[in-house]
Amino acid sequence: MPELKPEVTVRAPARRLLWPWHLLLLALVLGAWYVLTRLEIMPPFFFGEPLVVAQRVLDWFATGKIFPHLGVTLLETLLAFAIGTVLGLVVGLWLALAPFASRLLDPYITAVNSMPRVILAPIFAVWFGLGIWSKVLLGVTLVFFIVFFSVYHGVREVSPVVLNNARMLGAGRRQLLRNVYLPSATAWVFSSLHASVGMAFVGAVVGEYLGSARGVGYLILQAEGVFDINTVLAGVVVLTACALVLDRIVTVAERRLLRWRPGATAEHY
Amino acid sequence: MSNSDHANSGESSRALPVPRPSSLAPHPSSAAPALDLANITCSFADRGHPERNYTAVRDATLTVGDGEFVALVGPTGCGKSTLLNVGAGLLAPTSGTARTFGDALSGINRHAGYLFQPDSLFPWRNALDNIAAGLEFRGVAKHEARTRAQSWLARVGLAAHAAKYPHELSGGMRKRVALAQTWILQPRVLLMDEPFSALDVQTRQLMENQLLALWADNRASVLFVTHDLEEAIALADRVVVLSAGPESGPIAEFAVELPRPRDVAEIGLQPQFRALYREIWAALKDQVLTAYARAQA
Repeated sequence: MPELKPEVTVRAPARRLLWPWHLLLLALVLGAWYVLTRLEIMPPFFFGEPLVVAQRVLDWFATGKIFPHLGVTLLETLLAFAIGTVLGLVVGLWLALAPFASRLLDPYITAVNSMPRVILAPIFAVWFGLGIWSKVLLGVTLVFFIVFFSVYHGVREVSPVVLNNARMLGAGRRQLLRNVYLPSATAWVFSSLHASVGMAFVGAVVGEYLGSARGVGYLILQAEGVFDINTVLAGVVVLTACALVLDRIVTVAERRLLRWRPGATAEHY
Repeated sequence: MSNSDHANSGESSRALPVPRPSSLAPHPSSAAPALDLANITCSFADRGHPERNYTAVRDATLTVGDGEFVALVGPTGCGKSTLLNVGAGLLAPTSGTARTFGDALSGINRHAGYLFQPDSLFPWRNALDNIAAGLEFRGVAKHEARTRAQSWLARVGLAAHAAKYPHELSGGMRKRVALAQTWILQPRVLLMDEPFSALDVQTRQLMENQLLALWADNRASVLFVTHDLEEAIALADRVVVLSAGPESGPIAEFAVELPRPRDVAEIGLQPQFRALYREIWAALKDQVLTAYARAQA
């Protein structure tokens, strides 16, 4: 039979280059901040000064003073992220496929999820001390629920047609899990990873802020103790930059692993 | 008026049975029909209103002989897919028995392949791996499964598209991958649920001809559900008409004694085809009108 041509992909009209505008906006905001604090319309004591903040960030990296702190914060973030994601994936798959356990645990999951979990930080500090594990655990409780809910709903929304097709092709329970539920859940996990990276970060920094001897959160806490607003803001800048990098890594991984998903490749051109 | 021999001959007076192709050898011809649905009733509970159970199919009896191509036509919502799902073992009937080659069905029908109406391919597998999936599930080594899938990919004319994911293929290409995915397992019974209804007319006729060519090779028993009477006549040995739902069931059947091989694109021009069409439409029309009236009510 004759070859059928794939439908012609319509190219989006060349988009206007955006990054100069992004830069312009940033420059405007920073400029306004600079001018306002310089003229003391906004008191620099409370609002900091952009040049001093930049100087502080540069100093940190030039002297290397930031690295042990940043290293601890990133380690906590990555551990929280990895443990929380794996737990969320496993428990999400399990509860989605075990209706009784799911109904049994439902009210408790709802309760634990609606609880403001950041408040657990002092308890974790008591249980696990002021080292990294109390922060990791706080991050895990934050990440877990994001991943868990997306996997749980993702599995329940697996296309029944694909599922029946797999069964007709001879897939048993384990094969359904590996070949249908898991790939389908992975797609949902990725949709939640952007949020959970951020949450892992929140867990680490908030944990440090509430009691620690190291980490960027600790630096911020110290600076705040002496009303050094510039150092606090420098810490915020460093954290934001790290969060952006992590988010970017997730995006790249997503694009590679989810090539099969419509739109996963196209929308990033 | 059941047509128990699915001979290629146009005239039933010619009694010579057409020799079956050698590829059928591994299938011992059995006396029991490929699919035997007896007095099937399927009711679905309306949650919270037990008195309002919905009965899709009532007391339906239908057989598909070994190597026979049966088309099931009926108005929308008449329980065609329900019967198909019973035959596949995906749905247990509320009452009645389903047998395949004489064995009562419990669970998935291992003899059956199923071609679904909506897209059923694994979106996370490329075309080649989609076709290889069934072999992998059945324990064939990955390498061998892929080699065999490759030859099936070529057979459906998609050799150049092995690495493409379903969303990168056109609707017709996806259907061809699905056809190969099912056919690579050489099922003895093939269940098809309006598989080509989403395709444009030209693609559809190509697919139908391809289906007939594949079928001529292995003569599986086919139960083909469609609401398109022309498609039913062009493909099948026998057309079964279902009544309008709910509580539907077969009300008439017609043997199609058009010669094979058939060309779907041209068969519609034959006077014999037109005559048969009018005859079956006379039976179908009332059901369609009933279904329409019920849908409006």
